[in-house]
Amino acid sequence: MTIQDHIAEANAHVAEIQPKKPLLGGLRLGDTALRIVAGLVLLYLFLPIFVIILFSFNDPAGKFNYTWQGFTLDNWADPFKYPALTNALKLSINVAAVSTAIAVVLGTLVAIALVRQRFRGSKAVDTFLILPLTAPEVVMGAAMLVLFLDLGWATGYATILIAHVAFEISFIAMTVRARMRGFDWTLEDASMDLGASPTRTFFKVTLPLIVPGIVAAAMLSFALSLDDFIITYFVSGSTVTYPLYVNAAVKAAVPPQINVLATAILVISLILLAVGTLYRRKRIDA
Amino acid sequence: MAGVASSSRQRSKIAPYLMILPALVYLAVFFVVPFFSLARTSLSSSGGSVFMPTLTFSWDFGNYLDAFTRFPDQITRSFGYALTATVVCLLLAYPLAYVIAFKAGRYKNLILGLVILPFFVTFLIRTLAWKTILADDGFVVSALGSIGLLPSEGRLLSTSWAVIGGLIYNWIIFMILPLYVSLEKIDPRLLEASKDLYSSNTRSFRKVILPLSMPGVLAGSLLVFIPAAGDFINADYLGSTQTTMIGNVIQQQFLVVKDYPAAAALSLALMAVILAGVLMYTRALGTEDLV
Repeated sequence: MTIQDHIAEANAHVAEIQPKKPLLGGLRLGDTALRIVAGLVLLYLFLPIFVIILFSFNDPAGKFNYTWQGFTLDNWADPFKYPALTNALKLSINVAAVSTAIAVVLGTLVAIALVRQRFRGSKAVDTFLILPLTAPEVVMGAAMLVLFLDLGWATGYATILIAHVAFEISFIAMTVRARMRGFDWTLEDASMDLGASPTRTFFKVTLPLIVPGIVAAAMLSFALSLDDFIITYFVSGSTVTYPLYVNAAVKAAVPPQINVLATAILVISLILLAVGTLYRRKRIDA
Repeated sequence: MAGVASSSRQRSKIAPYLMILPALVYLAVFFVVPFFSLARTSLSSSGGSVFMPTLTFSWDFGNYLDAFTRFPDQITRSFGYALTATVVCLLLAYPLAYVIAFKAGRYKNLILGLVILPFFVTFLIRTLAWKTILADDGFVVSALGSIGLLPSEGRLLSTSWAVIGGLIYNWIIFMILPLYVSLEKIDPRLLEASKDLYSSNTRSFRKVILPLSMPGVLAGSLLVFIPAAGDFINADYLGSTQTTMIGNVIQQQFLVVKDYPAAAALSLALMAVILAGVLMYTRALGTEDLV
């Protein structure tokens, strides 16, 4: 028996004699209360979601889908009944995809530089990147509107895109940076020691390591863009994105199709989330 | 890190600058310059006719005084509502984050997923749902009325509490996630140690868990307070003319009234207060826990 075996055996014994009860198991009553509070908070988070799903089956009497009138499947049978709503959703998806594509390139480069390189002023870059995240949206929107007015640029699709990229860069840089920390970068050295060129090392070692972080950041950025109302409201001119359509509807008429599409987006996100989790689990198992 | 720095990647001194350049130039043009435009507008005086308003730069600091004297209620409300929302978010989010971090076991990821899920529904539609829930003929009002918590004819919608409730709901996720991250990092052996030293549960919480979760508490508070203080949607959908906030004024003045100088002054004042808070935070704790 080697010394390691002895240690392993000893550790196994220690594991056996350790108490099986949970760490903070002393106060059972307090523990239960804590779980109940947590459960209630979780329920609270879902309360409006239940209402949204329920009202997608509502048969509203007037223009507003605010009070329950009766069950119907008509809204689900015709989710694209209002072309303005459908077009707004399409435009939002377009803006989210294009702005994310641009911001991913700019943000990822910064993240790699911050984690992988030591350079003068990296602290300042760090603090500077956090600023767009902390500026209240209403101020950021107002500031951009003033710039576009000063430049004499007509507000519309292009200005929405510019504004979205501006707030996405920081989110992406910060998310990718957070995911990159703690990786074993000596793998790169190993690859080079084994004769791989820097380019080959980048594509075969570095990129596969950071891609999951980039994908997560891109998804976050896409969701933020799709959901953004306040900044877009300032720089959109007469262009109507999905949240802007909803806001206009609140003032005029709220069709239940809004709830149908919101529920559909929720379900699609849920499926993507589940597939992503399963895929990750499979990769870890393999 | 020292070992990494000495390796092959140190060859090029300009490489990192080339990598950060595109993003920095972009943010300089479309994030920093707009603030200079805003500052210039806040110091300009408006003239011309109603139909063709003109702005002349004139170091007019009177706009700031004007903004503070014209909208004192909205300023007080914004900070009051945002502060209340932040405190309630902390009180609601802490137990949930604690349970996810320490008690959820193998359901940890599932519960985290559930916490994030509601936020896949557009912010405006979520807020609209609260309009339905809190409506005068809704079940919450009648339930509270029947147990005597709400006087007959009492309403929830269009009150300060509805607005604060909306702010809490829409940004509580930004409290839950940083709290969870900081609680999750706590080494369970520290808790064992405090048990072994005969510390009570309450004392372990106060002396071990709470101090170690402070980065999460501070980051969460900042991430809730900032958007809440600048919001105008909750006040617009769930409130009344008596519950308007700074965001409503800025939005109104910029997009409806088109009185740019006062609105720009108000925006910059709001930004300055928040920037001071953020810089104090990053000085003390760095930027790592903020996202």
